[in-house]
Amino acid sequence: MTRSIRDWLWIVVFATLVTFSVPWFLWGSSTVVAGLPVWLWWHVGWMGVASVAFALFARTGWDRLMGVETAPARGGDP
Amino acid sequence: MSLQPLGIVVGYLLLALGVGLLAYRVGGSDAEDFYLASRTLGTLVLLFTTFATLLSAFTFFGGPNLAYAAGPEWILVMGVMDGVLFAILWYVIGYRQWLIGRARNYVTLGEMLGDRFASPGLRGLVAGVSLLWLFPYVMLQQMGAGEALRGLTGGAVPYWGGAALITLFMIVYVMLAGLRGVAWTDTLQGLFMLSVLWVAVVWVVSAVGGVGAATEGMVAANPEFAALGGGLYTPQFIISSAVTIAFGVTMFPQINQRFFVAKSATVLKRSFALWPVLVLLLFVPAFMLGAWAAGLPIEVPEGANVLSVLLAEYTPTWFAAVVVAGAMAAMMSSSDSMLLSGSSYFTRDLYRPLVAPDASDRREAWIARIGVAAFATLAFLASLSRPGTLIEVGDTAFSGFALLAPPVMVALYWEATTRDGMIVGVGVPQVLYLLHVLVPATTVEVAGTTVDLLARSYGGWDVALAFMVLGALLTVGISAVSSQSVGEDATRFAVHGD
Repeated sequence: MTRSIRDWLWIVVFATLVTFSVPWFLWGSSTVVAGLPVWLWWHVGWMGVASVAFALFARTGWDRLMGVETAPARGGDP
Repeated sequence: MSLQPLGIVVGYLLLALGVGLLAYRVGGSDAEDFYLASRTLGTLVLLFTTFATLLSAFTFFGGPNLAYAAGPEWILVMGVMDGVLFAILWYVIGYRQWLIGRARNYVTLGEMLGDRFASPGLRGLVAGVSLLWLFPYVMLQQMGAGEALRGLTGGAVPYWGGAALITLFMIVYVMLAGLRGVAWTDTLQGLFMLSVLWVAVVWVVSAVGGVGAATEGMVAANPEFAALGGGLYTPQFIISSAVTIAFGVTMFPQINQRFFVAKSATVLKRSFALWPVLVLLLFVPAFMLGAWAAGLPIEVPEGANVLSVLLAEYTPTWFAAVVVAGAMAAMMSSSDSMLLSGSSYFTRDLYRPLVAPDASDRREAWIARIGVAAFATLAFLASLSRPGTLIEVGDTAFSGFALLAPPVMVALYWEATTRDGMIVGVGVPQVLYLLHVLVPATTVEVAGTTVDLLARSYGGWDVALAFMVLGALLTVGISAVSSQSVGEDATRFAVHGD
């Protein structure tokens, strides 16, 4: 099975999502914005980004990456 | 303080039992329905039954306790592990298992592996290892419940009383309801818990003068709480915890069995995308309550759950009772799922293949029920000794399960995996990890430097991480040098489009 560039792109997206779930660049920062630590706001935003990315993946890359795609898919839902 | 909150808790648990019984009457009575609800769970029910299974004493009481003691960064650990890493494994392991399980009607992980590698021994090994680590995790729920009720009733109900109550409910519930019942009550409880948790946040925050004031109080009491990292939270700790827990969760019997039950791929896809949002909605309020409590003038006794104490102080008694009831019910459904899956591992993978191959269905059903009662009772007795904090006990169990994940992933994706590779890849890391858990660490002098032996962590890294890597290497390495045994059939794990 050969992997297309799109498959690799998804793998990079997943790796990025995992890596920056912890905002390492804010390490030690104690800035408080609107009542909460700034790294907590990053967490809130990042989970939103992850959810959108997962939804996109479920729609476009889900079966292809698993290698079970047969006929050309027409969207996600049957 | 009185026993009135106890009435609310017991009432709620009885309500959950009623829903389970209703579901039982709707469902069929064969094994596939009892354990897998006939593979017909829709998005909402699958999402919440998996979610509620995670919603255990570990997250609900252990997490806030940790945030109270060490700061709110635990939110990030749970975010990376549950929101992102677990979601990805949900696809990588879960979807693959769903495809394979649907084609060949598997009910348990051990059954799937045993069939592929033509090895009742491997099947029994996987089931045995799973039951071993399930034990401390059931204990964890009993410990959490015992503390929760004691905190809520101001000591009127002793620790053992709360633990005994939840044990009793667990046993009765699992015997009567089956997965359909568990899944229904999970959905009810998941939605209920999310709602009351947010009400609790609004209540506490308005009592202390807003989010800003709560955070200011927290920072004033513990200046390092707002900063990312520091104290307990080293990068090693964050990565170790997130990786072992995320991989461990996929191998939990009750979660792993959920991979077989989705009605369609669409259900799996929707659950996958909604996962990070659900994680966000649950963990941020739960753990921030724990962290804010550090800046509030409340007294948390040694070993008590900060959440119970906080609610008892800042909300009316009945509301605190409702939250604790919800948490206990959630812990009950976690435990029910565990015990139910555990009993299917026991009867299908150990009892039937190894002890009594021609046992009747009726006999098997009885053995399952007796097994559940014995397992829960033993866990209850062990929980009375309180061997560590909720997080410590939970983390040990998660790491034990996590060691199963690498060999299983190799088997799912690599056709050349052999039976010998699997047995060594599963067995050796388990033995090594058990040694590290059970035998106290010692230091020895080697060539002038001191070396830690059998420590749980090295340089801040959980030793289980190394054993996960070892498990993967052993599975691949031994498979490469050994040949396929008679009866092994890699095509059973081949996946095709539908």
